[in-house]
Amino acid sequence: MSFSPHTQENIAHMLRTLGLSEVDALFDEVAAVLPPTDIPELPGVSEFELRHQLWDVARLNGRPDQTPCFRGAGAYEHYVPAAVPAIISRGEFLTAYTPYQAEISQGTLQAMYEFQTMVCALLGMEVANASMYDGASALAEAALMAMRITHKRRLLVSGALHPHWLHVLRTYTANLEPDIVLLPVRDGLTTPEHVTDALDPDTAAVLVQSPNVFGLIEPIRQIGARLSDHPSLFILAAYPTSLGLLTSPGEAHADIAVAEGQPLGIPLSYGGPYLGLCATKLAHVRQMPGRISGLAYDDAGRRGYVMTLQAREQHIRRERATSNICSNQALCALAATVYLALLGPDGLRAVAESSFAVAHRLADRLAALPGCSLAFAGPFFNEFVLDLPVSADDIERELWNDGIISGLPLGRWWPERQNQMLFCATEIITEAAVHRLVAAMEEALP
Amino acid sequence: MSAETIFEKGRPGRRTPYLPDRDWQPGLLDQLPMEARRRRLPLLPQVTEGEVVRHYTNLARKNWGVDVGFYPLGSCTMKYNPRIAEQVASWPEFAAAHPLRPVRAAQGWLRIMYETERMLSRLCGMARFTLQPAAGAQGELCGMLMIRRYHADRGDPRNTVIVPDSAHGTNPATASLAGFEVVTCPSSERGLVDVGALRRLLNDDVAAIMLTNPNTLGLFERDIQEVCNLVHEAGGLTYYDGANFNALVGRFRPGDMGFDVVHLNLHKTFGTPHGGGGPGSGPVGVVEKLEPFLPVPLVRKGREEFEFEEDRPKTIGRLNAFAGNALVVLRGYVYLRLLGTAGLRDASGGAVLAANYLKHRLVQCYDPSHPGRCMHEFVLSAARQRAQDVRALDIAKRLIDLGFHPPTIYFPLTVPEALMIEPTETEPLETLDAFADAMLQIAREAEQQPDLLHAAPHTTPVGRLDEVAAAKALDVRWRHDSDLEEADRA
Repeated sequence: MSFSPHTQENIAHMLRTLGLSEVDALFDEVAAVLPPTDIPELPGVSEFELRHQLWDVARLNGRPDQTPCFRGAGAYEHYVPAAVPAIISRGEFLTAYTPYQAEISQGTLQAMYEFQTMVCALLGMEVANASMYDGASALAEAALMAMRITHKRRLLVSGALHPHWLHVLRTYTANLEPDIVLLPVRDGLTTPEHVTDALDPDTAAVLVQSPNVFGLIEPIRQIGARLSDHPSLFILAAYPTSLGLLTSPGEAHADIAVAEGQPLGIPLSYGGPYLGLCATKLAHVRQMPGRISGLAYDDAGRRGYVMTLQAREQHIRRERATSNICSNQALCALAATVYLALLGPDGLRAVAESSFAVAHRLADRLAALPGCSLAFAGPFFNEFVLDLPVSADDIERELWNDGIISGLPLGRWWPERQNQMLFCATEIITEAAVHRLVAAMEEALP
Repeated sequence: MSAETIFEKGRPGRRTPYLPDRDWQPGLLDQLPMEARRRRLPLLPQVTEGEVVRHYTNLARKNWGVDVGFYPLGSCTMKYNPRIAEQVASWPEFAAAHPLRPVRAAQGWLRIMYETERMLSRLCGMARFTLQPAAGAQGELCGMLMIRRYHADRGDPRNTVIVPDSAHGTNPATASLAGFEVVTCPSSERGLVDVGALRRLLNDDVAAIMLTNPNTLGLFERDIQEVCNLVHEAGGLTYYDGANFNALVGRFRPGDMGFDVVHLNLHKTFGTPHGGGGPGSGPVGVVEKLEPFLPVPLVRKGREEFEFEEDRPKTIGRLNAFAGNALVVLRGYVYLRLLGTAGLRDASGGAVLAANYLKHRLVQCYDPSHPGRCMHEFVLSAARQRAQDVRALDIAKRLIDLGFHPPTIYFPLTVPEALMIEPTETEPLETLDAFADAMLQIAREAEQQPDLLHAAPHTTPVGRLDEVAAAKALDVRWRHDSDLEEADRA
């Protein structure tokens, strides 16, 4: 299949204009240098055939409407109103590029400005950028930012940070050889005492995620209070939906707040594209990576939006830029903007409360199963760890045989947690799905 | 159409409910300690769905996309984005799949990833690809981290990266982020890497050279094999920035030029939509000796099923929480399968033909950066117009009036008043001719009525916006009246 618009006549006309007899002649110079290639031939197919073939491939993933999924661990399925995909699939948004020409990019630029406003409102921060690749890379960029601001190299990282996020942090910062100190975890939580004990003059930042990888709500107000008179920065990673209910990073005196924005109207998508949220205090805006949209006026005094503070960015600063990032996740940011506008403050709270309620009801049911109990006593939002009397891998397998995607076996990340499973529920989990899960668990447990 | 934000619309209490009313057991929220609760709800808009849809539809109407019209933005490859890819990416079997589901429940996904990796490896002459990088710039970071690790692993750590003066800004920024010192290599008068200058820059601290080929001037680096050989002889590696791969895809392979690491942009060469500046996807391919350093996870074919490979001791690590921008990879897969190798050859042929045709028509009135043939894009200089007090910026803004998205301007930095034009293979001849006519008209206007150009654009919702003032009086979020009251009190 080809999307070429050129007829034989068109091609002949262009070639004639150029004084050439065939298209391949345009590559003579290349062919003179490079050896003849034997690129394995891949046959093209028609759209009709391909769609049929892909139906079969898609089916290998199972039917999601018949496969309830009780897994979160950094990716959360929430209800997405139909208006979200309807807006973001409009060609004017979908097929635009970076708004280099502001006059014909006011749609993208104003949406970015509105997005930044909503991120600030949600996270309780003063300035936000127009988004980053995902939450994990946003956290890594935040750590780099803190090291630039403080000129220090030690990072105190909560031991209850999502292990993939920690891995990304290590990957991004490897060449700076930061001193990454993992804070001990007690009862599934980071403790303010451990933070205070570990703080020293070399500390660039303290990094905490709440709810943490075990789903537990961290004592972020207390940690923030202990850091308030210390020069090191407080970097907080949040779950945006939970902020309809839970303390915002701003209320906890975070200096930089990041989040995985996927839960805000973006499908699970097998891991991407997602949406990194990043916000900070006004004082640090010039050290913040990523695009920013700002209000501007034209000669006639009309209001518009432009990409601003570009002097931080790679296309101007080259090797001295704050980051090498040269895009954002604009379409995902637009999805989050439309989603938050549709929900409003009360709608967001309703989603948060509903997720909280469904997950707590699920926890009660599962903890009542023989040999099962909650692993931690601390408060949680919509995710919790269940202690099982058997290997979580076995339960995962048994449940999948029943067409259910169980919680996540934690032995995958920590061998000593072989019998633990991280369960998640949001507002989309129906009463019927809970019944199905509980029945299957009863069957699978010894 | 005004620039009123969504925050200025609606009324308190207005909303559209999406969830059913459910009765929660009383006191359920009491399980949440007060100190864990938010004091004040976020100030989000309070509008109906109807208002939201109308607001963003009106914003869409203020935007330009490939679907709206010609978008000859150099080095961005703004080709048509097939709709079948959007449809497949919306199927819940793909879109609703949790990234951590058991691999047995994701065999369709792993198969897409496995096959995409194989197709890209073959097209580039590389041993393996990672699909994880979320964009070209993250692909560059991935590649440079692997290069750093490769040298360190051999007990020969190196700290310098050579970047040509015509390179994209991301190249030096990435090298620097990966911890390298950046050294700039000048271009020759022909617009190509100056091999003599390169020789002088090479030493045993050079980790790599980063190159685009064709380069940002749209010229094929014909000394490419010599360049790669020289770098290899000095113990360095060669990095291919695939931003311009659309010129060669299906015909020639970076591997044959002598490159060790390649990043591609699925959103350029492989037809996935740019989304207003993302999400993209920047897969990275490597030759065999760099394979151990690829990020995790990778997909492999196990005995019975596809599986993830996580346990790779020499890996640089992980760039994103999960396996990358899967839904963008899927769109790229759809494009690759539809076109096949023959279709890709047709695409690169059409792209180079269109660029040469346009260049031929435009050099009557504009000075090309370099005479003769180009590849998929070319650079004009508005130096002639500058003498009439008309700048590349004025030409760009006037193009908007005439119904076209402007080319990339003021890049590459080596050409004064640069206009970098990439028509792609999906624009009909009538569009190419109409664009050329518009450019020639503007060249005449530059002579006869330059003020018309200085004041352009005349047809857009806003005129030229004052970026300098915007950066000074920084306003990067809407402030509610209550915010202002608080600020006043403070």
